[in-house]
Amino acid sequence: MNETWILLGATSSMARAMARQLAGEGANLVLAGRDMADLEAQATDLALRGAASAKAARFDARDAATFAPIIDAAETLAGEGPINCAVFVGSMPPQDAIDADPSLIDGTVTDSFTGPARFLQMLAPKLEAKGKGLVIGVGSVAGDRGRIGNYVYGAAKSGFATYLSGLRNRLGRSGVHVMTVKPGFVDTAMTWDVEGMFLVASPAQVAAHMLKKGRKGRNVLYTPFFWRYIMAIIRSVPEPIFKKLSV
Amino acid sequence: MSWKKHSWAGWGRVQSATGELARPERSAALAPLATEAPAIGNCRSYGDAALVSEGRAITMTRLDKILFFDEADGVIHVEAGATIADLARILAPKGFLPAVMPGTGFATVGGCIAMDVHGKNHHGAGSFGQHVTEITLASGKVLTPSHPLFKATVGGIGQTGPIASAKLKLLRAKVDVMMVTERRAENLENFLDLLDESEATYTVGWIDATATGEALGRGILEEGETGAGLVPPAKRGRKVPFNAPSWALAAPVVRLFNKLYYGRVPAAGRTLVKPIDDFFFPLDRIHDWNKLYGKKGFHQFQCVVPVTARGTLRSMLEAIATSGLASPLAVLKRMGPGRAGHLSFPMEGYTLAVDFRNRTGTRGLISELIAEAKAAGGRIYFAKDSVARAEDIPGMYPELAEWAEAVNAGDPEHHYETDLTKRLSLRSAK
Repeated sequence: MNETWILLGATSSMARAMARQLAGEGANLVLAGRDMADLEAQATDLALRGAASAKAARFDARDAATFAPIIDAAETLAGEGPINCAVFVGSMPPQDAIDADPSLIDGTVTDSFTGPARFLQMLAPKLEAKGKGLVIGVGSVAGDRGRIGNYVYGAAKSGFATYLSGLRNRLGRSGVHVMTVKPGFVDTAMTWDVEGMFLVASPAQVAAHMLKKGRKGRNVLYTPFFWRYIMAIIRSVPEPIFKKLSV
Repeated sequence: MSWKKHSWAGWGRVQSATGELARPERSAALAPLATEAPAIGNCRSYGDAALVSEGRAITMTRLDKILFFDEADGVIHVEAGATIADLARILAPKGFLPAVMPGTGFATVGGCIAMDVHGKNHHGAGSFGQHVTEITLASGKVLTPSHPLFKATVGGIGQTGPIASAKLKLLRAKVDVMMVTERRAENLENFLDLLDESEATYTVGWIDATATGEALGRGILEEGETGAGLVPPAKRGRKVPFNAPSWALAAPVVRLFNKLYYGRVPAAGRTLVKPIDDFFFPLDRIHDWNKLYGKKGFHQFQCVVPVTARGTLRSMLEAIATSGLASPLAVLKRMGPGRAGHLSFPMEGYTLAVDFRNRTGTRGLISELIAEAKAAGGRIYFAKDSVARAEDIPGMYPELAEWAEAVNAGDPEHHYETDLTKRLSLRSAK
């Protein structure tokens, strides 16, 4: 049976790469995001690349009214088949913009944590009822430790990671797997003009890695793999020293 | 949109640029950049056509969606960053192919328009631009072939501004494989006769640019027809991991390689079944093959000369063979008259393309070849050139002034200039 996938934040580079791979496998795709014109164009493109069906749907992390129609659309497409969901949403305003306007914290936390968490909370009972499915939640290595350059974004992603850990604990009991992904540097719009990037991975490479490991039941995935070791080192730096670093 | 400081090189890796790049991920992010800078694709132009030193360029590779496919009319609407290989891969199982495919599948649709590229079927199908039914510029302007800017955009090396998307009329063909006949051509005269007589849809000639004397201009003519049937297993792509040492393409190595390559095809010829990609994009299987020329890079010379200029080809090949600078990559093809833009390369005649290691004497040799092509009433190809001077061009491209007037009117502040247009002063033509 064809898989049905909800991609939240489907216009992001990583989501688009994953959508292309899933299209090649003949999946049903629900592409959720804000730029409807782009999502409609993507749906046409993915159908030609082999998707059984591809549908654009509006998702705004800050507007909970957009959530239910997405879940309905996925249920219709899936029929008796499984529903999977991958979450790519998040926003990262520059830390100095947040310093100037602390109210930006609300939006950052909604986009990166509470919005998608609320969506998944609505989806969870449907997945439990099906007794199968895969949820891939994209966090960030920035969530592993608060750093001077982006600690609000990091805090939001950290919250999301903790949420996913709890969701995994819950859904695992009914045969639904939840994987937390922590990408390092990926060649996306977010990192395009950031100085000091190294070992940057392509979105296609990262998306393929996620699907492969998620299907094998990995709980937490650092991608590319060596970020696991980089972050192990960063996490092990004692706080009295870490607070003086600018990594 | 954010700009990033970046250094990048042409495919030949002799010329490079340091400038600023933007890379829109969605068409909504492209529109605001429309008047700021020229677009670049996968940078498969050998020289400086995709380079902007001390300036800005827009990388189009992430805008690669198929926007619409009209199966009944055989028309596809695609974003400019889509590659030809991608289109071929998606379309072939549906019974279609891009009507014209250049020698690398990594070329983007935008790049194919900007260079008005040709393929192995140019003698029959004409140039890429002749199958473009509509171009949408990033500025929002929609150009059909009757629009005055259409001929300035097709073959217009990006000077009318970034192309957002285009509609292409496709070739309707059930293609699983290519049936390829390979025949030896013993010398130049024999080769040109075979090219003239060939009735195949797709033809390309590999030429041994190191052969001299009686064997001058010998090579192998490949004739291809699309076919249906069992697809031979595709070979896995390989990557060139590092720059090759300088002796890898030294003259004796190339002579030996060419001799073996020529001898591989039996004297009586042979017919093979090849995967589509292997026939159309033979080098794409080796990623980053340009590294085989080592750190110094290489130049490609490509010209087209009228059918009456057989003597010019002979004298060019003599100069090339005695120089010891040629690589195994040398191609001879018959071209038809088809072209779609003011600065389109094709003309009825023979086109010769040869790669040269970048060594002492290479530029001088290419300059001589350029002069010979010009004297014979031919022209050189902007997608390949890295050596020509401004004064070489007007005689080769009779519509240059008309083109310059059209693009200057649309871009009076010269935001779309590239290293190529500046080096050859193309937009100053009167």
